[in-house]
Amino acid sequence: MWDYSETVKEHFFNPRNAGAVAEANAIGEVGSLSCGDALRLTLKVDPETETIQDAGFQTFGCGSAIASSSALTELIKGMTLEQALEVSNQDIADYLDGLPPEKMHCSVMGREALQAAVANYRGEVWTDDHEEGAMVCKCFAVDEVLIEETIRANGLSSVEEVTHYTKAGGGCSACHEGIEEVLARVLAEQGRRFQPSAPPAPAPERQRVAVGMPVMPTHKQASAPADEAKPKLGNLARIRRIEQTLEAIRPNLQRDHGDVELIDIDGKNIFVKMTGACSGCQLASVTLGGIQERICEDLGELVRVLPAQAMAKSA
Amino acid sequence: MAEWTTFSFSQRPTIMPSDQNQGIYLDNNATTMVAPEVVEAMLPYFTEQFGNASSMHQFGDRVGRAIKTARQQVQALLGAELDSEIVFTSCGTESDSTAILSALKAQPERRELITTVVEHPAVLSLCEHLEKDGYQVHYLTVDEKGRLDLDQYRAVLSERVAIVSVMWANNETGTLFPVEAMAEMAKAAGVLFHTDAVQAVGKVPMDLKTTAIDMLSLSGHKLHAPKGIGVLYLRRGTRFRPLLRGGHQERGRRAGTENSASIVALGKACELAQAHLETERRQVAALRDQLEQRLLEVVPNSFVTGDPGNRLPNTSNIAFEFIEGEAILLLLNKLGIAASSGSACTSGSLEPSHVMRAMGIPYTAAHGTTRFSLSRYTTPAEIERVIAAVPPVVAQLRKLSPYWDQDRPAVDTDGQPADFQPVYA
Repeated sequence: MWDYSETVKEHFFNPRNAGAVAEANAIGEVGSLSCGDALRLTLKVDPETETIQDAGFQTFGCGSAIASSSALTELIKGMTLEQALEVSNQDIADYLDGLPPEKMHCSVMGREALQAAVANYRGEVWTDDHEEGAMVCKCFAVDEVLIEETIRANGLSSVEEVTHYTKAGGGCSACHEGIEEVLARVLAEQGRRFQPSAPPAPAPERQRVAVGMPVMPTHKQASAPADEAKPKLGNLARIRRIEQTLEAIRPNLQRDHGDVELIDIDGKNIFVKMTGACSGCQLASVTLGGIQERICEDLGELVRVLPAQAMAKSA
Repeated sequence: MAEWTTFSFSQRPTIMPSDQNQGIYLDNNATTMVAPEVVEAMLPYFTEQFGNASSMHQFGDRVGRAIKTARQQVQALLGAELDSEIVFTSCGTESDSTAILSALKAQPERRELITTVVEHPAVLSLCEHLEKDGYQVHYLTVDEKGRLDLDQYRAVLSERVAIVSVMWANNETGTLFPVEAMAEMAKAAGVLFHTDAVQAVGKVPMDLKTTAIDMLSLSGHKLHAPKGIGVLYLRRGTRFRPLLRGGHQERGRRAGTENSASIVALGKACELAQAHLETERRQVAALRDQLEQRLLEVVPNSFVTGDPGNRLPNTSNIAFEFIEGEAILLLLNKLGIAASSGSACTSGSLEPSHVMRAMGIPYTAAHGTTRFSLSRYTTPAEIERVIAAVPPVVAQLRKLSPYWDQDRPAVDTDGQPADFQPVYA
């Protein structure tokens, strides 16, 4: 049984704004019978102010699809269209006190219906950007096509790397075997062989994607060339450099509704606090590894990035 | 059932099977309540009868004798010729894997398998895995009622096939397969035949000694024994390679210290199942039919999936069009009714059940298939309550559905949605 929050249950058992809005002037329809969930969102928009005066939904789908639709309509009523377009699927999930990872796609459908409705109001045509491919990672809804493309674009060679770049495999890990198969196939196309136990190849610097923080290197790999290449920094300059590096990383985390904050620097140990969606995220340790690599590169020395909770232990 | 952890082995279990506070349990194809008599029979084997059956002293000897009795009880229910043909395992999945992998190991020159598209994942996932290892798997297809085509089967039977594995009854629809005839055909072609009978044992009569079935899997928790105990029936003389090595238990065919309490429990459960076979076939089937007929009468755009004329007595799988199964289950659960669904969302996958897709059930209905599976503990009063509860649940969800308009589907005659045209399909 899914571990639905009380809010999800409440919105499923007592959905708000069910049914079509009378005199609707914006309609968004997404999903299909074959997908197992579909949503028609009807809005009544004030043409003067572009404010959403009323919103209604009709949903064919599971409990969380119905709850997400209900939450969406509650969220956007009273907003301007511009404000409504800022509502992310994470906002819908947050409003519901979270959704199980496997059910996050239900909140995506709500956001898509909203985009479609706004496009409809403005007389535009909205097209979805659904990837066509077999779902590999069910926890984060990552399909085969995306994994293949990411492997090719970044020259990935291990499951760990695929997880860092796409999130696939970062949840329950049941799909690791499936990821290995995709890797083996793509590598074979390139005349390479998939070696499960081989150390990950260094990824090309420029092609990193936002969701996946870079690969965490072994300490040996990170330190050797860096120490020679860069001069030692003074204390203050070093702190500034660390701050700058973190600032550069934050937008990536914020895009995923997370954040990172510098807490303290104690010699080689840099303590940070992961906040927002990052706190408690299953990928937090992966992200820390990525931050560590960036700081190592920028400082030209070997440091450890640790969660702030580790301060007491190391002190 | 939490109280069971606190009573001592001398007490009798007092929980009534159909306790209203526990709700109405119509998901017996998923798992069953352990029968009170079974709990009573197994409890001493957690306490005073704790011996290892292999030991050379009275502690072990008493357990060894109890296991022998249990083996005979299983033998009797299956109609096996010998009690030595019964191998205790940990579950149905282990039995399936053991049977299939043994056949491949024992006949390395045979690189093909035959199974069906509607098997349980215990067999299907293994077969898909074996394909990656270079084996060729022939998947027999089913028609719209979930029935196999024996000509298609005959065409792929050859001396290249190591094993045929076909379920006795399908877990989702209850459809029965002609495994006895198929086993004869396999025997004539010199091919081993295995059947996953996890859903059928205890619900349909069996007499394996008069069949050509070489191997059969059963699972305790589907017939009112606990989870974690299963059986592989292994016809005498069948070439065999064990899955687990490391001990002489089960005559070297399944190493590992015997799960004596669960084995005793399964023996008792088999004895009870045999005694209740007629009840199952008449009383349970009558309740099932009553539930099904009344729901179909009251709920528009609903139909039975599978082969109603040839199925398990306890199973009814009804498709309610234009609504989604998980939502149905959540609302039923709130009313204290437990059922199951073939919808994508209940499983965490994005596609509806492979069984429904194999039968070509239209997408308008595949996501809304709901399985009611009864047991001998199901009462007429419970069925009445379910008959009253389901129609409003369906109506409530259809009211929310963009594919439903007032009292009829919002679709054209060709099945395409009339005025609901979502962006992607």
